[in-house]
Amino acid sequence: MIETSDTGRNDAGVGMTSPDVRDWFVREVLPLEAALMQFLQHNWRNKSDIADLRQEVYVRVFDAAKKEIPVRAKQFVFATARNLLINRVRRERIIPIEAVADLDALAIAKDEPGPERNVAARDELRHLQSALDRLPPRCREAVILGRIENLPRREIAMRMGVSEDTVTEHIAKGMRALADILYGAPADLRRQK
Amino acid sequence: MSIVSENPVATGADEIEAQAARWLERRQFGNWDDPAQIAFNAWMNESSAREVAFLRLEAAWGRTGRLAALRGPGDVKKASRFRILPAIVGIAASLAALAVIGVSAGKFLPAHAQVRTFTTTIGGHEVVGFADGTKIELNTDTILRARMTTDQRTIWLDKGEAYFQVQHDAAHPFVVFVGNHRITDLGTKFLVRRDAGRLEVAVEQGLVAFKASDEKAPLQAALLSRGDAVVATANSTIMAKISPAELANELTWRRGVLIFTHTRLADAAAEFNRYNREKLIVEDPVAANRMIGATFPINDVERFARVARDVLGLRVIYRDKDIVIQH
Repeated sequence: MIETSDTGRNDAGVGMTSPDVRDWFVREVLPLEAALMQFLQHNWRNKSDIADLRQEVYVRVFDAAKKEIPVRAKQFVFATARNLLINRVRRERIIPIEAVADLDALAIAKDEPGPERNVAARDELRHLQSALDRLPPRCREAVILGRIENLPRREIAMRMGVSEDTVTEHIAKGMRALADILYGAPADLRRQK
Repeated sequence: MSIVSENPVATGADEIEAQAARWLERRQFGNWDDPAQIAFNAWMNESSAREVAFLRLEAAWGRTGRLAALRGPGDVKKASRFRILPAIVGIAASLAALAVIGVSAGKFLPAHAQVRTFTTTIGGHEVVGFADGTKIELNTDTILRARMTTDQRTIWLDKGEAYFQVQHDAAHPFVVFVGNHRITDLGTKFLVRRDAGRLEVAVEQGLVAFKASDEKAPLQAALLSRGDAVVATANSTIMAKISPAELANELTWRRGVLIFTHTRLADAAAEFNRYNREKLIVEDPVAANRMIGATFPINDVERFARVARDVLGLRVIYRDKDIVIQH
């Protein structure tokens, strides 16, 4: 859900970016994340760079979409990722050849798995359920109380016997983990259960 | 709570995402006033990296809204929910064990509050809880605004459908505005649905006062109790009875299913189209008037198409993103 504050100025919260671009990004780009992560992990040796690489791909795709929304999201995302990796290799000359499996592999990376959006909607609840199950216990408890039981932070803190700041930490952590599971984890992993 | 933007120059994905998560948590659970909104806008507008990080977390969190279906025992047909979602029985049972705390309405609300806007996209389903204990469930493609203060609780349903469970408090009236119509709660569970040119109010429990602001409207005001419904269009306002079974059918979206009992195929398809981007198009009158009776998961357009083909013997064609059903 998008909850905004009606301050009478704009559709508060998201600056000047058109809702179309944001909508497109959520609808067309995020479902590609599992495939994108596979692509990055397969083609980049240094795993600690992956999160930054993904961010960079998203930023480039998003900035391009602000000017004009690409017609084919998937092709565009992977072309962007490919170019990014190639440029990194060229720029950081120190990176030995094995850093990138090989550049030819990048060129043929068109056969990526399909976007997740085709997953039947009836599986969605099961997905969400298993995502929830995979959160760390305290984190899961806070998310359940906040998201399913709709309790305010103060109430969650009381039930869990922790401070409100700790609740904030648990929930913020849960939000990140849920995004990783729902978008970033490979589909076969997500379909378990 | 700690300040979110204590490290404004961070460019690493990890740090940016951590900040985005704090903002999202704060917007969902904290005090979200004008200064918060302004600070958030400033943070967000600083870079695309921040914006995409926030959008991503927000989208994932939005999807988890469906988990509200796992909440403890509701008032409708538990058995069928469990049949549909066997995997969640365990958690539903454990949640049922959590006590619900009673609160007196108004007491926990702020004296001054700005208008907050809640929206769902197509296929969305959200539950919004307020400090007074009131809960509002938003169905697909809905825009709702709320201003809840110690004195007054005011809702505007701008589009779509919502189910209200109101903590009644005579001292703090709860009023829903839908276009020119005004619905005042008198202690209640009720449903309000706004389509283009049509308003429906149905009461499941308690009392609701309905008032048309158009002085020419044939039905100016009415007191609705359990089983009463009002349907208002540009030209008419009628009051009707709605049986518990019919109302339950109208509320099945809360459980993520659509139930049709002897419904025209075209009407059933239209109902499906409210929830899904992949649209069902029933192309000819013969097919449109076929009757169906079945229960579907709310997003399972495919299954609907299969039933049309296999059970009704109709032709099903995939055209772009749409599914066309023909005789």
